[in-house]
Amino acid sequence: MLSYIIRRLLILPLILLGVTFLIFCLFSLLSPMERLATYVNNPSVLKNPQAAQRLIDKYHLDDPFPAGYIHWLKSLLKLDLGWSATANQPVWEAIMQRLPATMELVLYSIIPVILVGIWLGVISAVHHNDLLDQTIRVTAIIGWSLPTFIFGLLILFIFYGILGWLPPGRLSTWAQYIVYTSESFKHFTHFITIDALLNGRLDIFWDALKHLIAPIITLSYISWAYLLRITRSSMLETLRKDYIRTARAKGVDEKTVIYQHARKNALIPVVTVAGMMIIGMLGGVVITETVFTYPGLGFWAASSAQQLDYGSVIGFALLFAFIMVIGNLIVDISYALIDPRVRLE
Amino acid sequence: MNRIIRKLLNNTASLIGLLLLLVFILIAVFAPYLAPPLFPDPYQIPRMSWDVEPQPPGFPMSDDMRFVYESLGKPITRDKAIFGTAQGGYDIFYGLIWGTRTAFRIGIITVTLSMLIGVILGSLSAYFGGWLDELLMRITDIFLSIPFLVAAMVLTTILGRGLDKVMIALVAFGWMGYARVIRGSILSTKEEVYVMAAKALGVKDFRIIAFHLLPNTIFPVLVQASMNIGSMVVTAAALSFLGVGAPLGYADWGQMVSFARNWIIGSPGKAGEYWYAVFFPGIFIVLFVLSWNLVGDTLRDILDPRLRGEL
Repeated sequence: MLSYIIRRLLILPLILLGVTFLIFCLFSLLSPMERLATYVNNPSVLKNPQAAQRLIDKYHLDDPFPAGYIHWLKSLLKLDLGWSATANQPVWEAIMQRLPATMELVLYSIIPVILVGIWLGVISAVHHNDLLDQTIRVTAIIGWSLPTFIFGLLILFIFYGILGWLPPGRLSTWAQYIVYTSESFKHFTHFITIDALLNGRLDIFWDALKHLIAPIITLSYISWAYLLRITRSSMLETLRKDYIRTARAKGVDEKTVIYQHARKNALIPVVTVAGMMIIGMLGGVVITETVFTYPGLGFWAASSAQQLDYGSVIGFALLFAFIMVIGNLIVDISYALIDPRVRLE
Repeated sequence: MNRIIRKLLNNTASLIGLLLLLVFILIAVFAPYLAPPLFPDPYQIPRMSWDVEPQPPGFPMSDDMRFVYESLGKPITRDKAIFGTAQGGYDIFYGLIWGTRTAFRIGIITVTLSMLIGVILGSLSAYFGGWLDELLMRITDIFLSIPFLVAAMVLTTILGRGLDKVMIALVAFGWMGYARVIRGSILSTKEEVYVMAAKALGVKDFRIIAFHLLPNTIFPVLVQASMNIGSMVVTAAALSFLGVGAPLGYADWGQMVSFARNWIIGSPGKAGEYWYAVFFPGIFIVLFVLSWNLVGDTLRDILDPRLRGEL
């Protein structure tokens, strides 16, 4: 087991290096002027040849490709990702400022994925081909076919436009005023729901939660629809195994067979997929946050892309790629911990 | 093959999927009759008025717009926007009809190209093994490390607006799944006796891959491809929705939805008055994806030997 983890940890830097190389290749598709623009924090620099030349020298922008890559990597290590014109601050600061909002959204979205996906999947398999199974299945396929941006707009339309329950954004104006300007509100985690509870402000907690529900549903429904399918087919396969027949033949009651014998084994492949799905939600963050104007990384990245703010977009891609690589590693290791057969491969 | 077609037609879900697909194909084929173009480039959506806000279904072409087209010498073939107009007076009906062609074009081109790349790299990797396998699979891992939508968004932003750029981005980050699937099935097939026999007879490597291995391993890839057409179209639409995809006024479903984005909530007191701006484009996208998913889902169940006899 230990050797497996060590082997995976040793490959990690190589993959991360590969990712930076791939992203640098994308960066190099830009013209030299566009690359220069990603480091400019003041448009007048572009009119001043000397100032521009200083920046070119500082970031080695006219070096040949391999040397350019090394220098780019060095500035990455110093967390110097250029200037975000969209946020009007350095890219790294812009990322750090928006990360908690996105983390809050993604972490909360994991709950419905696992609960609803696995729960409905097991029910669907147990009632194989019943009306219940067919209904769950068709709902899942329809859910799977509803693109995030349409689903999100639909939720916004119904729950804000018509009912007025779930407003877009992250906080109402009055709550924003308290959270960001008042001295008495302390920031512990930068997760507003948790900070509000720690400050004993239930009204702010409730307000933040109301803003979170719609994005959570939008971000997670595709994942749980998919997880449901995986759980269902894995459960169906397990229920046909010999040891299930043995258990039934011994006279074990159906509930124990399903929940004690079958479900435990059926969930082994589901764990990997669940991990992948949770990581897969990262891509949905951009669309979800844009639909609900939720002020996180995704919303910022989408506005940067529209304004051709290349530095921000590249910084965003780097961050998400790193999160994804490390997330995949965690999933693989936990999978190996659960299923001993993986380790032997 | 006959068995597969019979099962596809016998299954309600896939039958609905196939019928929906047929409708979309007919719409795409007869687009010039359903919505006669006004411009030399048929993918340019005509505007019915200069209004910024969307106008309801049945909205007639405004007089000043009519005057513009007449002074350009364009015969006006349709003067009502039967699905209403989107933000900026763009005719929703026209955009959706011609957008069907755009959707098929995006789906088929990107899936074919990415499948081609994936199959070539995957089969080379599996057949020759060794350092080549290691190298190609690590490259695949690296391409997979950026979330698909994020990668596509970044590449499209860098390349610039336009449908061709969107397709390049989708292919560049869409081939890895195929490479992995084909590699897996060739790895398990290449030890089969008939491959050994071919090798013993001195058949060339590329011939073995193309004529002995691929025909026996390509099916799961084709199933995956059929399911991917829908998701490629959705991703392209999502890019347009984010504002980095199709150019302004291009007949593209994602763009139609993005036109609706600012109007979805409606004005105070009249919640949901612009429902048509998102409803019609939404229904087109959803049904298109649904049809591919229904067909692909059933295909997969049919071809999955573990579930054979269960359906």
